[in-house]
Amino acid sequence: MDYELVIGLEVHTQMKTKTKIFCSCSTAFGRSPNENTCPVCLGLPGVLPVLNKQALEYAIRACLATHSEVQEISQFDRKNYFYPDLPKGYQISQFALPIGLRGHLDIQVDGVQKRIGITRIHMEEDAGKLIHGENLGVSGKSYIDFNRTGVPLIEIVSEPELRSAEEAKAYLIELRSILQYADVSDCNMEEGSFRCDANVSLRPWGQEEFGTRTELKNLNSFRFIQKAIEYETDRQAKILNQGEKVIQETRLYDSDKGITFSMRSKEEAHDYRYFPEPDLPPIVVNSEWIERTRSTIPELPEEKRQRYVAEFKIPEYDAGVLTAEQDLAHYFENCVSEGAIPKTASNWIMGDLLGRLNKEGLGISNCPIPAIAMAELFKLIDKQTISGKIAKTVFEDMYSTGKPAEQIIQEKGLVQISDTGALEKLVQEVIDANPGQAEEFRNGKDKLMGFFVGQVMKASKGQANPELVNKIIKEKLT
Amino acid sequence: MTKKFEIEKLVQLARLSLSDDEKAQLEGDLLSILGYIDKLETLDTSNIEPTSQALSVHNVFREDELTEKVSGEECLQLAPAHYKDHYEAPKII
Repeated sequence: MDYELVIGLEVHTQMKTKTKIFCSCSTAFGRSPNENTCPVCLGLPGVLPVLNKQALEYAIRACLATHSEVQEISQFDRKNYFYPDLPKGYQISQFALPIGLRGHLDIQVDGVQKRIGITRIHMEEDAGKLIHGENLGVSGKSYIDFNRTGVPLIEIVSEPELRSAEEAKAYLIELRSILQYADVSDCNMEEGSFRCDANVSLRPWGQEEFGTRTELKNLNSFRFIQKAIEYETDRQAKILNQGEKVIQETRLYDSDKGITFSMRSKEEAHDYRYFPEPDLPPIVVNSEWIERTRSTIPELPEEKRQRYVAEFKIPEYDAGVLTAEQDLAHYFENCVSEGAIPKTASNWIMGDLLGRLNKEGLGISNCPIPAIAMAELFKLIDKQTISGKIAKTVFEDMYSTGKPAEQIIQEKGLVQISDTGALEKLVQEVIDANPGQAEEFRNGKDKLMGFFVGQVMKASKGQANPELVNKIIKEKLT
Repeated sequence: MTKKFEIEKLVQLARLSLSDDEKAQLEGDLLSILGYIDKLETLDTSNIEPTSQALSVHNVFREDELTEKVSGEECLQLAPAHYKDHYEAPKII
């Protein structure tokens, strides 16, 4: 039987504050265990949490960037459960009155645009990190590093409107891009500042109600998310085809084996007994505050993509690649504002430049060629001072030596030969050296054009202007 | 009145270890508290905002600044057991 896949995603993102959400401990990554802790985040008796205003600002930005409605009144609740990584015995979260509701973002899969609803956005504190016994000390114990405890998070919950692993991946890439543009989070997946849980279920095609879902955790790369969903889809389909029932449970993804496995041996009924956090008064955000924040949200990836297509006349695909990262978009726009033709800049940035950076595992922010210098190279290509082929040599030199394009071209004598007289001489020499081929060409063997152009390019060490060479050969041989 | 809770489940959720006598006493106490709440529920509260705070304040914030405080190291020393800068707890899973 064929089933329709239904996916809803819960994303936890660390907001980029300097200090934790309810205390003044640092949020810096990579500190010694328990260095970033204090009586507040450790939940010692008698302490009082106080909300970090900047965390709230970031949460409001996240709402606005995802078209979510910022709630005038929101509030924190206690989510009660016992686990050693949660020192208070409850997590401070938002349950009944979250900061944001009813947002959306648009994704594109196979050229088709689709709008995915965002149910809610709420603020909460992160839990600590648990280390299993034998990895640190003895196997009969667990060890805890509370540095992450109290780090400010927002949880962004999507509607169950995603219908394939590709759509899930596209949603996450778009969401990450939006949060980075809106300056809410660095979304560094390796450091855990962008994490995803996926709710996955199947239902027979045409059926209205959802099937039983499983929640997949431990998905820490886009590739794993896609693979875990694909594995889980197959697993659930097999169960349903055997006439059995999917058990609602939490499953972990094992990236080494490429499988998901049940997290709990016995099914514990979750009962978090949420109630309003009495230590934190409600938050009231008026419309003036919202509008003030809205005015500081920059152009977001989707708007930028549309503008690139309209203003720079580049293909949608190019616009998508160039706007995926804000730094890359800046680089491209700087090249264009320096006078490069947009399509030249886009081809070169997406091809040679990103290719070269990827080879060394670098991002655009580590690019050794500043946009202004790169634009000079593009302009020389646009003016046909150098050919595309020569430009590749110049690019390599710029990348490794940091010299400007003009200087490299002067030093190496790489200027494209567009002098008609000089080219006519070269062409004539090539024709004289190959009388047989010249005769065949005159008799209609057009395919030999490539041969002649090649010979002239070779004779000019690649510096001849290929278009002019083409024209001159035609004139001389017809 | 009807019992709205299972004492065993509550004890388990709260990680309490109670004797049968204690459970019986707790159950009686909780029943009387719930009885009082039943009484409150007879009042008409349709025009009253739900109260989740005893104080009429809102928007109490702190700035995003690091400040001096009791250090993580000092806190760790208060723990019943710790090992290599980590808090130590009974084995999980």
